[in-house]
This record gives sequence, C-alpha cells and structure tokens, in this order.
Amino acid sequence: MTLRSKRTLIQLAALSLVSTTLALSGCGKKEEAKPAAAPAAAKPEPIKAAWIYVGPVGDAGWSYAHDLGRKAVEAKFGDGVKTSIVEKVPEGADAERVIRDLAQQGNKIIFATSFGYMDAMLKVAGEFPDVKFEHATGYKTAPNMRIYDASFYQDTYMAGVIAGTMTKTNTLGFVGSFPIPEVLRNINAFTLGAQSVNPKIKTKVVWVNTWFDPPKESEAAQSLINQGADVLLQNTDSTAVLQTAEKNGKYAFGWDSDMSAFGPKAHLASAVVNWGPYYIKAMEELKAGTWKTERTVWGVKEGLNDLIKINDVVPEAAKKKVETIKAGLKDGSFEVFTGPVVDNTGKERLPKDAKADQAWRDKIDFYVKGVEGKIPSGK
Amino acid sequence: MNELALLLAAAIASGTPVALAGLGLLLNERAGVLNLGAEGLMLMAAVTGFAVAFNTGSDGWAFAAGAAAGALAAAVFGWLVIWLNTNQYATGLALSLFGAGFSAFVGVGLVGKKLEDRGLSEVPGLAEIPFVGPMLFQQHPMAYMALVVMGGMVWFLYRTRAGLVLRSVGESPESAHALGYPVRLIRLAAVVAGGALCGVAGAFLSVVYAPMWVEGLVAGRGWIALALTTFATWRPARVLLGAYLFGGVTMLQFHLQGEGVQVASQLLAMLPYLSTILVLVLISRNAIWLRVNMPASLGRPFHPGH
Repeated sequence: MTLRSKRTLIQLAALSLVSTTLALSGCGKKEEAKPAAAPAAAKPEPIKAAWIYVGPVGDAGWSYAHDLGRKAVEAKFGDGVKTSIVEKVPEGADAERVIRDLAQQGNKIIFATSFGYMDAMLKVAGEFPDVKFEHATGYKTAPNMRIYDASFYQDTYMAGVIAGTMTKTNTLGFVGSFPIPEVLRNINAFTLGAQSVNPKIKTKVVWVNTWFDPPKESEAAQSLINQGADVLLQNTDSTAVLQTAEKNGKYAFGWDSDMSAFGPKAHLASAVVNWGPYYIKAMEELKAGTWKTERTVWGVKEGLNDLIKINDVVPEAAKKKVETIKAGLKDGSFEVFTGPVVDNTGKERLPKDAKADQAWRDKIDFYVKGVEGKIPSGK
Repeated sequence: MNELALLLAAAIASGTPVALAGLGLLLNERAGVLNLGAEGLMLMAAVTGFAVAFNTGSDGWAFAAGAAAGALAAAVFGWLVIWLNTNQYATGLALSLFGAGFSAFVGVGLVGKKLEDRGLSEVPGLAEIPFVGPMLFQQHPMAYMALVVMGGMVWFLYRTRAGLVLRSVGESPESAHALGYPVRLIRLAAVVAGGALCGVAGAFLSVVYAPMWVEGLVAGRGWIALALTTFATWRPARVLLGAYLFGGVTMLQFHLQGEGVQVASQLLAMLPYLSTILVLVLISRNAIWLRVNMPASLGRPFHPGH
C-alpha cells in the first residue's frame, strides 16, 4: 500500500468513526427527549409491555404464536398499551442483559417466552421490584415474577391417537429439543395416545439439543424415517420436520401453529397454541392492580391449546375419538395421564384408575413403556 | 442392511455443503489467502439463493445466484486483503459478522416462506440396485457435483500449468512476482472462485437441504469447512473425506439415539466434531508432510516492490 493510499484510508476511517459517533449520540438524544415529552402529553400514558422470543417471529411456530398473542393485546388495548419485542434472544447470559435493558427502558411487564430464560429473568426481577415479570413454561417465581404454561401434552395425546391409527410400521418418531420435563411429558402423552388405539406401537426419540435449527431438525427427521418411523411429531420450532416427512412420503404434525401449508400430503393435524387470551388477562390484571404471583396452567379447556386442521385422510373413527377427548378435556372429566402408567423399565408410575395431578405431571423424568431408549441426563 | 445404506446416503447428503465450501476454501488457501469469512459468504448466498428460488421457482438460477453472491462478497474481501493489504484474519472475521447480519436483515421477508416440494431425487434405474442404489444413487445432483468439483480441482491443481502457478503463488508470491506472474490477480481469481463455491454450498442449504430461509441457517458449517481444509492438509480428496465423515457421524449419532443407545445425547452431538478432527489429525500426523502441504505464504500479505 502506498503512503498516499494509506493516508486516504486512515482519513476515511476517521471520518466514518466520527460520523457514526455523531449519529449514535443523536439517536440517544432523541430517545431521551421522548419520555420527557410523553408525560407532558395526553394522560394516561400507554403501559409499556415487552416480549422476548427465543426464535425469529417468522419461524411459523413457537415464537410466531407468541407474537400473535402480543398482537391480540395490541388489538384489545389499542393506544392504552405500547408493545415491543426482541427476537432471537439466546438463552443464558445474553438474555439477562436484554431483560435488564427492557426493564430499564420503562416496560412495566415483560414476558419471556422460553424455558431457558428462567434464571436470567429471576435475577433481573430481583433488581426491578416495580416491574412485573412473566415466564413461560418455567417453575421459579418471585414476588414480582410469575409463570404461565400451556398443556401441550393434551395436544400430543390427541396427536398420538391419530398417529396410532395412521401408522403402518407401528413405529412413531419424535424430534425432541431438550430433555426437560415438558418435552418428556409430551413424548409420553403422544405414546399413550397412540397406544390407546394401537397397543403395538413404539416411539423412537431423537434429541437435537436446540429449539430451532432447521437443517438439524431435517437430519433428525430423516434419521427417524430411515429407522422405520412413518409418523413424526416434534417439539422443535420450525417446519423442517414436516417438510422432510412430505419429501419422504411420510406423515407428521404441525407444532405451535398451523403448518398445513408446508406439507399438504404429510400434515395430519397441527397442535396450535393461542396465547392471546392469557396475555390479555395478564394486561388487565396489571391495569387493575390485581396482578399477583401465581402459576397459571391453561389447556384445551380455556382455549389456550388445541389440535386443529385434521387431514381428511384420517378415518372418521379416529376423528370422533379426538372430539370425545376434547369434550372430556373441556368439561374436566378426562385426564390424559390416567393409571395404570408403567415406565419403560417396568416400574409402575401411576396405579390403575388413578388420575395424575399437576405435581405428578411436572415431575415426569421417565419414558412410558413403548418409548425406546433412556433419557439423556442433564438439562 | 437397508438402514445402513440409508445412513450412508444421508451422510453424503449432509456432507455435501460442507464439502463444497471446503473445496472453495482450499482454492483460496492454496493461493495463500485465508478467508475466515466462509460462514458469512454461505449465509449471504443462502438468502440470495432462497430468494431467487422462491421468486423464479428455478433451482438452477438459485444456485447461480448463490454463487454470484458468494463471488461478489469474496471479491470485496479480496480487494481489501490483496490490494489494501488489510489483515486477512480480521477482515475474514469482519466478513463473517457482516454476512450474518446482512443476510438476517435482507432475509426478514423470506422467513416462513416455502418452496415447491421437489420430492426425492434419484438416478432412474441405478437407484434400484440393492444397497448401492439407495446409498449412492438417491442423491441430489449437487452431491455428484461435489465429486466432480473435487476431481476437477485435483486435475487443475496438480496437472495443469495454471494450477502450478496458483500453487507457486501460494508458496512464494515473491518468486512468482519475480517471474512476472500477476500475483494479485491470481490471488483475486482464487478468492472469487472459492467464494463462488462457498456460495453454491450456502444456496444448497437453503434451497435443497433445509429447505427454508431463517437467520443463522448455516449454523457454523462455514467454520467447519475452514477447519476441515486445515485438518485435511489442503488435499481435495481429504476435504471430501472429512466432509462425508462429518456428515456421517452427524447422522449416525441421530441413528444411535433412535436405537436407544445409552449415551447422553449431548455427548453424541460432540461426536461428529471429535471424530473428524481425530481421523484427519491421524492421517496428517507426519510433521514433514504437513509442512510440505501447507501453502507457505498462507495468511501473509504480499507487497509487490518491497
């Protein structure tokens, strides 16, 4: 490099550095001006609410469903609420920084939509006693932090009923994210549902150790198909498993949102979740001052989750059974985990005719009979 | 037996994008330029390829677009590193980061979009052969392309004059310059060609393998390809071997999980990386062999006239 071109480059770099600093400081000033102006303007000022997602909003799955819930809040409260989101927040130290940032920005309620945000949120909750924190699918609480959850296992049980009817190889496949109780619960419910119509089925499980990684989910699905599974269910957040099933001429289910468009022939049904009603309830409690720490677990009964868009190829008998189960869930007469439940080492986990309660369901750390393999240790 | 054939077939499919990127990087490194921006190149090509495939419905154009995107980004990298002599490592890392952010930004509108289902591709007739058929002949054309590229690269590097010149630029650019060869142009050509191959690999991921676009789709495969090139001591056939080995163990660990093998899935997930490193290190343990094969001027800037 000649001396002259080197000098030009240094000048260019200095200029860009200076202009960037100016631009950023200008941005900063603008943000500071806004909150100062807001109280002087119309009262009451909108409540600021924030959501953080583990994946992109466009994943057509988990995070997308949460975002629809947030939009329901905006539709209901209009100008009374100002929402913001941060997507693709990694679980761990980064999450702590993002949550703290949101709290400092004036958000009065923050929703963390993934299990792995639990500890990060707990820590920040201790630092901001005036802000309300809501954590999805976790189990730790604080005076200003509470938890909410859906009952996905109800959907996977119904999916199991359909899978047990449709399988020709009697082998079902499950693409699992992390071996946490929620996912184990889903696997067990899936297997029990299938066994209720077809006692011969067995379930193979493959863990991808991530909530969202489409190529990996594809590979896991392909591996299951190569091992003989012809109906797949997933606990991961993208459409890759369904698309792989479509490519191979097998069946699969949509997860977290209606994925029927991604695999028209392969799609048997979609387990969807509708967070809108819960988020609206949380905002109303915040406004009314009745927000308190508790654990809310909703399911088919409250309309939080459901199994929809059942493919026409599914026989009428199976569809009717699913409808009966739904009715039973809605009026509280049906419990997915009803004894006898035996795990795959032969130990009895629930005696005959006993119905599982929330505590039993939360502590699932085993596979039921029919699921192959051992649960990997660790989170 | 059929399961084994399917496993091997899946290994080849999984290893193809890494192989293509690795071969592209090999070309770069043989000319003496270390391109750490492989991940960024693949991401930019993936989003471009997907956008083209989504809007035109043609895979061919998608691959061409991916190659073009990779080549273009690599050309910018090449200009910075070869003419302005910026630090190759830092610039490569900057390219990686830029590629990640840029592809995410540009691809926002493409997330959740779906391409037409292409079904399984197979070679008619040959795919019926028991065992060998499902293993070798039910692959996407790109898998065979990887083999062709490897063969072409071996021929080019070791059997043609142009390849010899390229290698000499990588060994000693000063000598090549003294002999009158346009060292900078040759390096740029290698960088652009390598970038195009990385681009094809990226487009393959988003158009055929996933097939979808989402931020971070490449998930580290660019870095794996970089490591592969080094561990394979810059020999094209070994890069291919390493890529298939990596893909194979990835699929194997899923298979083992499905069979109910009593090893933690997290440990199994480490297997592809460990085994690939192990095998390639064993193959390349001869220190003299390593020195002979490493391009001597790798990573060092070239100043004509100094």
